[in-house]
Amino acid sequence: MPTPFKKTPHPKEKRIVFQNIDREGWSVDIECSLRNGGYEELKKAVTMKRVDIVNEVKASGLRGRGGAGFPCGVKWGFIKPDEPKPVYLICNADESEPGTFKDRYILHQDPHQLLEGMVISAFALGVHIAYIYIRGEFPVAAKILETAIEECRAKNFIGGNILGTGFDLEIYVHRGAGAYICGEETGLIESLEGKRAYPRIKPPYFPAVLGLYQCPTIVNNVETLCNIKHIVRMGGAEYAKLGRPNNTGTRVLCVSGDVLEPGYFELEVGAVTMGELIYDLCGGMKPGRNLKAVIPGGSSAKVLRAGEKYKIKAKQPDGSMADKEIGIEEIVMDFDSLAAVGSMAGSGGVIVMDDSRDMLWTLNNINEFYAHESCGQCTPCREGSLWMKKITERMLLGGGVERDPAVLKNVADNIAGRTICAFGEACAWPTQSFVAKFKEEFAARATKPLPPPLPPEYTPEELEGEVHAGLTGMNQ
Amino acid sequence: MELSPELAAKIDEAITHYPVSKRSAVLPVLHLIQEGMGYLSDEAVEWTAAKLGLQPINVLELVTFYPMFRRERTGRHHIRVCRTLSCAMMGGYQLMNSLCKAARIERHAHGGNGHGETLAKSGDGKYSIEFVECLASCGTAPVCMVDDDLHEKVSPDSASNILDKYT
Repeated sequence: MPTPFKKTPHPKEKRIVFQNIDREGWSVDIECSLRNGGYEELKKAVTMKRVDIVNEVKASGLRGRGGAGFPCGVKWGFIKPDEPKPVYLICNADESEPGTFKDRYILHQDPHQLLEGMVISAFALGVHIAYIYIRGEFPVAAKILETAIEECRAKNFIGGNILGTGFDLEIYVHRGAGAYICGEETGLIESLEGKRAYPRIKPPYFPAVLGLYQCPTIVNNVETLCNIKHIVRMGGAEYAKLGRPNNTGTRVLCVSGDVLEPGYFELEVGAVTMGELIYDLCGGMKPGRNLKAVIPGGSSAKVLRAGEKYKIKAKQPDGSMADKEIGIEEIVMDFDSLAAVGSMAGSGGVIVMDDSRDMLWTLNNINEFYAHESCGQCTPCREGSLWMKKITERMLLGGGVERDPAVLKNVADNIAGRTICAFGEACAWPTQSFVAKFKEEFAARATKPLPPPLPPEYTPEELEGEVHAGLTGMNQ
Repeated sequence: MELSPELAAKIDEAITHYPVSKRSAVLPVLHLIQEGMGYLSDEAVEWTAAKLGLQPINVLELVTFYPMFRRERTGRHHIRVCRTLSCAMMGGYQLMNSLCKAARIERHAHGGNGHGETLAKSGDGKYSIEFVECLASCGTAPVCMVDDDLHEKVSPDSASNILDKYT
């Protein structure tokens, strides 16, 4: 019998991947996992045909939980059953999208769920070497995983001739070193090859075709790989009944920002609307405050403004489709609905802002992130992300000129679609959406006819205190 | 470069994780040397290159690319404060100020941000501090790390209590 949760899950939640997270008395060792059904699905999977496991994953409709939402079964289907080259599996544990913190819990509290998912996946795909690429800022989780791998080896879940099947697998933990771009799968592969994490151009470098060491490679997010265990347990068709068509399964939403009770919530995909998430699950806004904006899928996702109306296609009772107008609270939290309102479900990181927030300050904070994290490979992104940050910072310090909003839009428009990887879009979308949706706030801070003579980093030392107060938001 | 036998053994073991290409072991080797020796000197870069059959530039370009690698020593305890949106909204910048005060560090608004500036350190060498980007704990903002430990929901007032644990 599993022990109770430290905090009772909300009745709307469905805990599958997070079923062991924050439980009383739960520990990371393999004995605790085995007492609670750990590795039962691995034992089942090794009796199945490999192609059948892949088919179950296809039938499950599972979409990748890292951010892009690509169907996992389709990705796996790119690996030929008779592939002559070695095939690699990489777990992307480089969780670093601002607003996202779900993988942290799995890695620190339930490493065996991830490892079981990985061993099953490796068995299905014919993989003999797998890596867990974990961000450098998770040193404790890296040690937990290494211990867990040794425990698995002792139980013959990892190593040679696993459970007497003749299947061999080694899993190694590989630590990153603080670069956000390593979450991009081809950048991750370059990093794992011992290089700068410069993303590769696609085509031809689709990882499933030409990945690690130019061999077919599957890169899956932590949460995605955990779901594999449950798909084997339930069967693909049964799993697909969770959630909504084309948006199956559960998803861990991470809520942060100006709500009374931020945290994680595992829900069937599309089980709640934005309004229910904020006002019901997260306890609503702080007293006396109203909702101003939401970033629904990690800081790269386009911002949604309270009071906006969205035209979407909704299914009628008779099955026909009709136009419908909805507000921000009515947006269903699934992949397709968030895409339909012009944003994305992304990594599941929901950042909520109330009416005390200065949108220019918010965008400047986001811009500083992207300016710092651009890998520098493509000129539009390397230069543009820094320009956008410099402009918003200057505006914030009182040096905004009339043409700034238009220049910001122009710079952003010239990054998106002109780079090797999706970081270009990720850094352009916040600027594009903030400037378009909070026009009046940006215009009010862009009133000077001419730019100041020098950019802010040349501000004399005596002004630094003032600069700092502006950046910290302490003047709000 | 003199390595302790334990460190040398750890490095040799780490290299075995990459049977296809020794070059893949650069990041783990650099992590191990940095943990063992405190920072990555020119000598460490050259040693790593020779160990893995690379040119020194192949290693140096990684040291300059990945923010966690350092060319200088940190304080005895290194503090990382999350600067990104959710933490900043909940007081990450104020937390930075109060940690600097508690640790007696003078830090410039634009300094020590991983852009090549020298790391902000206390005069006694006990603490060093820097802003880092999202530490993936946005639900318990604001957060900071001291050495390998994560501290969550840190109010600016409790900064000195946190540092008391690290002597």
